[in-house]
Amino acid sequence: MLIYAILPPPLFFFFVGAGKPPMYGDYEAQRHWQEITYNLPVKDWYFNTTDNNLQYWGLDYPPLTAYHSLLCAYVAHLIDPSWVALHTSHGYESQPHKLFMRTTVLVADMLIYIPAVILYCCYLKDASNKKKISSALCILLYPGLILIDYGHFQYNSVSLGFALWGMLFLSYDLDVWGSIAFCFALNYKQMELYHSLPFFCYLLGKCFKKGLMGKGLLSLMKLGFTVVVSFAFCWLPFCMDVRQILQVLRRLFPVDRGLFEDKVANIWCTISVFFKIKTILSAETQFKLSLVLTFLAILPSCIKLTMQPSLRGFKYSLVCCALSFFLFSFQVHEKSILLVSIPVCLLINEIPFMSAWFLLVSTFSMLPLLLKDGLLLSYIVTTLAFLMVCGTSFSILEKTSEADLKLKMFSASIRNYIPWFKIFPKTMKYLFLVSITMMGILTLMSATLDPPQKLPDLFPLTISVVSCLHFLFFLLYFNVIAIWESKSSSNQKKSN
Amino acid sequence: MRGAACLAKKQTIMAAQRSDKLFLPVAFGVTLLKFLLIPTYHSTDFEVHRNWLAITHSLPVSQWYYEATSEWTLDYPPFFAWFEYVLSHVAKYFDREMLVVQNLNYSSHETIFFQRLSVIFTDVLFIYAVHECCKCVNGKQGGKEPFENPSFVLSVLLLWNFGLLIVDHIHFQYNGFLFGFMLLSIARLFQKRHLEGAFLFAILLHLKHINLYVAPAYGMYLLRSYCFTADNPDGSIRWRKFNFLRLTALGLIVCLVTACSLGPFIVWGQLPQVLSRLFPFKRGLCHAYWAPNFWAIYSAVDKALSVIGLKYKFLNPAEMPKAAMTGGLVQEFQHTVLPSVTPLATLVCTAIFMLPSVFCLWFKPQGPRGFLRCLVLCALTSFMFGWHVHEKAILLVILPLSLLSVEKSRDAGVYLILATTGHLSLFPLLFTAPELPIKILLMLLFTVYSFSSLKTLFRKEGPLLNWLETLYLLGLLPLEILCEIVFPFTAWISKFPFLPLMLISVYCALGIMYAWLKLYISVFRGPLTFRQKKE
Repeated sequence: MLIYAILPPPLFFFFVGAGKPPMYGDYEAQRHWQEITYNLPVKDWYFNTTDNNLQYWGLDYPPLTAYHSLLCAYVAHLIDPSWVALHTSHGYESQPHKLFMRTTVLVADMLIYIPAVILYCCYLKDASNKKKISSALCILLYPGLILIDYGHFQYNSVSLGFALWGMLFLSYDLDVWGSIAFCFALNYKQMELYHSLPFFCYLLGKCFKKGLMGKGLLSLMKLGFTVVVSFAFCWLPFCMDVRQILQVLRRLFPVDRGLFEDKVANIWCTISVFFKIKTILSAETQFKLSLVLTFLAILPSCIKLTMQPSLRGFKYSLVCCALSFFLFSFQVHEKSILLVSIPVCLLINEIPFMSAWFLLVSTFSMLPLLLKDGLLLSYIVTTLAFLMVCGTSFSILEKTSEADLKLKMFSASIRNYIPWFKIFPKTMKYLFLVSITMMGILTLMSATLDPPQKLPDLFPLTISVVSCLHFLFFLLYFNVIAIWESKSSSNQKKSN
Repeated sequence: MRGAACLAKKQTIMAAQRSDKLFLPVAFGVTLLKFLLIPTYHSTDFEVHRNWLAITHSLPVSQWYYEATSEWTLDYPPFFAWFEYVLSHVAKYFDREMLVVQNLNYSSHETIFFQRLSVIFTDVLFIYAVHECCKCVNGKQGGKEPFENPSFVLSVLLLWNFGLLIVDHIHFQYNGFLFGFMLLSIARLFQKRHLEGAFLFAILLHLKHINLYVAPAYGMYLLRSYCFTADNPDGSIRWRKFNFLRLTALGLIVCLVTACSLGPFIVWGQLPQVLSRLFPFKRGLCHAYWAPNFWAIYSAVDKALSVIGLKYKFLNPAEMPKAAMTGGLVQEFQHTVLPSVTPLATLVCTAIFMLPSVFCLWFKPQGPRGFLRCLVLCALTSFMFGWHVHEKAILLVILPLSLLSVEKSRDAGVYLILATTGHLSLFPLLFTAPELPIKILLMLLFTVYSFSSLKTLFRKEGPLLNWLETLYLLGLLPLEILCEIVFPFTAWISKFPFLPLMLISVYCALGIMYAWLKLYISVFRGPLTFRQKKE
């Protein structure tokens, strides 16, 4: 039975962008990295040399990405050496090469991301067989990841897949393995830092639970040792020289790039519509401001998780932290929303309505990017497919009651103060429908209409603002359930 | 005990209702997939249809079958030309340039978009027809889960059919629309609405004349089971019950449809020209790629004999005709050792092998299911022995056979063999690199689904395939890898470019031949088991 869930998604993946016009940008970046890693010695990868112009798509991801590029480059060299020839291959593009690159994504997906999803769904607690299959299908059909990985061209599924593996291991109490997997994720893409705090807090809380002295301390040391060793393993070729490490770090965290680029659906971009924050505040103030706000936003769920580590709370906290980072932190890219979406995907079985809604909004928030890549048709098709699968397998529109939204505890505690407080299932449904229609209309408008001359960025900005408002609402919601709902589950366990 | 049976029945009915709800998502899902296929490769058939759009739009009807600017002249019957005419009136809102006859090989973005959309939208008829067919299936085999319901399985097998998807939505043709007519007419016959079924089939005949091959099944079934209103108790014919009114009604329908279609051309005296366009016997015995039929085996044997003969000096190289088959061009071709085959010979072969199944329909009528089996056999026989058969014609067999496969385990086994080999033989249609993973993944998806779903459907009746059949089907896998992935890297590719195609089609031909024999045997043994069950 499970084969039905495994096979269609890769199929869908491959169709997205099957006949796309030439792509530059990230596609060329990935190809260029293959060229660099294949032809240059390790010590030159991150340095500006005569053969490695860092201005031209220089390597700015951690070592594991570089190793992956090297591996792909070896295969590419076997097939056609001109694909990875130094200098001469800049901007290279051909049908077979495109096929090769897309196959590498598929292979990476098959090896890391898809098995993690399937395993996660197979071991969902108290879920019927049908539920398992449909949640696997929903997660694998999430349009955002498919469109970015196969259409826009990146290897997000590798780092996200490693993070998923980490989560999987943690849910089986294999803490050491979990931290190794997460270290890999972090060393593949530094953006995984968004997820690092929940991992840290969860493991720390677990150690606290065992007792600060004795057993807890021992396991904490064990975990710390594991992390250090796996980091050392990943950075082995760079460890010899402090200069190397510093240079890599400088490449990974380019602080001087500014508060935000392009149109991102986060709070800074939204505020600057009314208030030109980039010009008014100095760069340092911007940095500090974003740091403080991010910290404040992640605080509640992290404290909660450290105090009461539970698996469910861990998942909620992953969402909250990643979302806070996305909304408030410095130099965020619109693709970073994927880091929020994957933890939300994991909740699709528990809170189908809200998760599906969030996932739709997250894909929508990347629309300007997708339009630039000529992925409009793929966007519409995959979104509709996702909506259809969610609608038929979870009947999301009927799951808007307080219990389905996991808001029972919250409204009960509010009712202590305001007795008439109530969450109307109908209201949520209408809100959802209104938001869906709005997204549909905006998609249509930005695809067909030309923006007025005075406001060339009208549509992308509107999309960012609308999505940002959505995200703020979701941040509130997920924080509420992270704080109230995980308590209720632990209470239930106690009463049981 | 009875209560339990009743409960089981109720559950099955509920599962059927739930699977009915699943029909829409299945249809919608495949439609979305079709949209994703819009930018993929399209074959010369795309230009063929664009040219027909241009011809029908810009020329008077009397010129349609004379126009020859493009090499792709109009060679479908008049109703299809009218269909293109209707489409062309929508096309002008997309791009007027595609409607100019002189614009050969014109393929702007709007043209591609419009043509692809036209296929997707006309497929609505196919979806409706599949929905009607699913109602005709009896749900005896059904399990409790809606996924295990025969009508659900049938809807997936038909809507997601691999062959139809790649031929229509990648290669480019309007088969979905045409099969819509066929399946709808079959469903109407199942629903005892015979006149409607006959009417639909008559239209289908004038849309695409390849359906003439299955016309004997229709004719015989309508004559025997509709014109005779009752049988003797032992199933033999009862001459007194012949209803002349019904025959007249049928005749009238067929004549009227034919008059609408060919009438104008007969009046203008253009009938010979139209017929010469419809039946181009100038083309060769085999299509550019060998369709996996009897003649593929025949030609392969001939080739092998000539190679052996040359090696051991039985044959004189100077006397041999210089013509390589599957050189890519569709030309007349002479066999070297075995006698060459003429169109008349293929026609006689087809007729001879078709007759038994049609006679069976006369002497042992078994209702619409017998008719459907006869239809499948007619299509398969014409595929095996016809002149200049396209490999695409196997769809004419696979799609109607799907209807039978969900009801009887023996048919399911035949279906699996036929569908797998038939679909694999469609692979050469898509030879471009970007489509390679698409076709492999789609094929895997469909094949895995058809095997697993039919297996769960008939899990009480033991395995569907015996060891030999399983071995044969597994053999397809290394063959495909060898031909598509390993062979292009060897030195033989320039020496024998046709070898992989030949290997695949001969291997597939064996399987299809076997399935044909098995299906024929089941026709003759069918009534026995039917009677035994009654006793």
